[in-house]
Amino acid sequence: MKPLPLLLACLLLLGSVHAQRLTIAAASSLTEVMQDVAIAFEARHDGVRIDLNLAGSSTLATQIRQGAPFDVFASANETQMNLVANDERLDGAAVPFASNRLVVITPNGSPVTSVADLAMQGALVVLAGPEVPVGAYARDVLHRLDDLYGDGYANAVLANVVSEEPNVRQVAAKVTLGEADAAIVYATDAAILDPGAVTTLAIDDAYNVTARYPIAVLNATRQADLARAFVDFVLSDEGQALLAARGFTAP
Amino acid sequence: MLRRPPSSRSASQHRAPSPLLLLAASVLALLLALPVATLLLRAMRPDVLAALTLPTALDALRLSLLTTSLTLALTILLGTPLAYLLARYAFPGKRLLEAIVDLPVVLPPVVAGVALLLVFGRRGLLGAPLADAGIDLAFTTSAVVLAQLFVSSPFYVRALKVAFAAVPRSVEEAARIDGASQLGALRHVTLPLAVPGMIEGGVLAWARALGEFGATIVFAGSIAGRTRTMPLEIYAALERDLDAAIATSAVLALAAFALFLTVRLWVRAGASPAAD
Repeated sequence: MKPLPLLLACLLLLGSVHAQRLTIAAASSLTEVMQDVAIAFEARHDGVRIDLNLAGSSTLATQIRQGAPFDVFASANETQMNLVANDERLDGAAVPFASNRLVVITPNGSPVTSVADLAMQGALVVLAGPEVPVGAYARDVLHRLDDLYGDGYANAVLANVVSEEPNVRQVAAKVTLGEADAAIVYATDAAILDPGAVTTLAIDDAYNVTARYPIAVLNATRQADLARAFVDFVLSDEGQALLAARGFTAP
Repeated sequence: MLRRPPSSRSASQHRAPSPLLLLAASVLALLLALPVATLLLRAMRPDVLAALTLPTALDALRLSLLTTSLTLALTILLGTPLAYLLARYAFPGKRLLEAIVDLPVVLPPVVAGVALLLVFGRRGLLGAPLADAGIDLAFTTSAVVLAQLFVSSPFYVRALKVAFAAVPRSVEEAARIDGASQLGALRHVTLPLAVPGMIEGGVLAWARALGEFGATIVFAGSIAGRTRTMPLEIYAALERDLDAAIATSAVLALAAFALFLTVRLWVRAGASPAAD
């Protein structure tokens, strides 16, 4: 019976073709910028291949805590990074590498035309789940906006929430599809949407929050030096320039 | 040549399988059994079981029971005529219709969700006129039922079609000769004979609806009490409370397993010539 051992050998091979391979677990909002960073990093390191695992930071943190073999974790907030750190999954400390702001996005023809309108009766509002960083930030901003629009604003908006999505890109998709009347996402996510189809409403700086992104090497890595080099590259002038080009601000 | 002594059991059941066959078969059997068994074992711990009484878990359980019951009722109501049509009549485009009915079984559920959005979404083919008429499906429990109906009803139609086809036409014709109308013959003769197929298909469809995730999260969204059924709650809970996710998963696995086992034993007992 030859086929069985052969099959098993193939399965094993599937898992370990490249020796110089780094897997970066990165928040969904970092999708494009991490692709830029990966390309630049690969160009500087011959034979190294970067694999990006992009998902909501809360999903990634769960995967890491269940033993996923990632080398680096780039989270969209400190809460999820701390969960991973408290589980003793970090190799060294986490370092902030970028920040972001929140905005409201609406599709064409939406009844929501201002941030205040989020509270209007019957508006279909989509947020990320409270575990997802952008969902946690959004709830934070809504409560801060109570000072501007009056008590009860945040609760009225939260009562309008018709779906809690697993990551920021799914939130944005509900608006681009026209299914939702409004959603809260990062400024960098709004920037890549078609301006002809989606309107971006700014949130007053006095009430907005700064989303801080930490990055760290994970102790599951078998290539700590290379993983460290990747983190250093993200923090370098070149890495920071790539982040700035996508609308992220310095940490 | 050796002759075996006559035996009441058939030779194929009597011969012991070769060790290699056993080994190869047990690899897959273990691969299938181990994850579910581990899940159930983990769920047995009291602190995990306690997670089942969380309001989020109960909300999801209630919503899942409600939506899958509605889906099953619609499936039986609309699926029975379709199965009968496919089993009894020849018409142009029949093969095409059969392929269309089979498609959701193999279609990735996320694809089903996207397709449903394109039709029933607020800007969809039917969704836009419906929205103008004041009927909004987006993010409602109705959207959950629609998603479940799309992915699960084909299981029912397929099983019942086979069951209908196994009822000899002569039995139906005899009833017609005795004065029964076409509908009467169907109701009093063919349908009762096809009941085992209905049950088998109904169980399959119900279990598929209960486990539905991809089409629901894409098409209906995820909000507690309205669209967050058990699979969606498990997915959400994974990120905040692993125990709750495990406990809810175990309930789903156990429900499906118990149902399948019951149906298998019942089919074994000879109640159904058509379903095996």
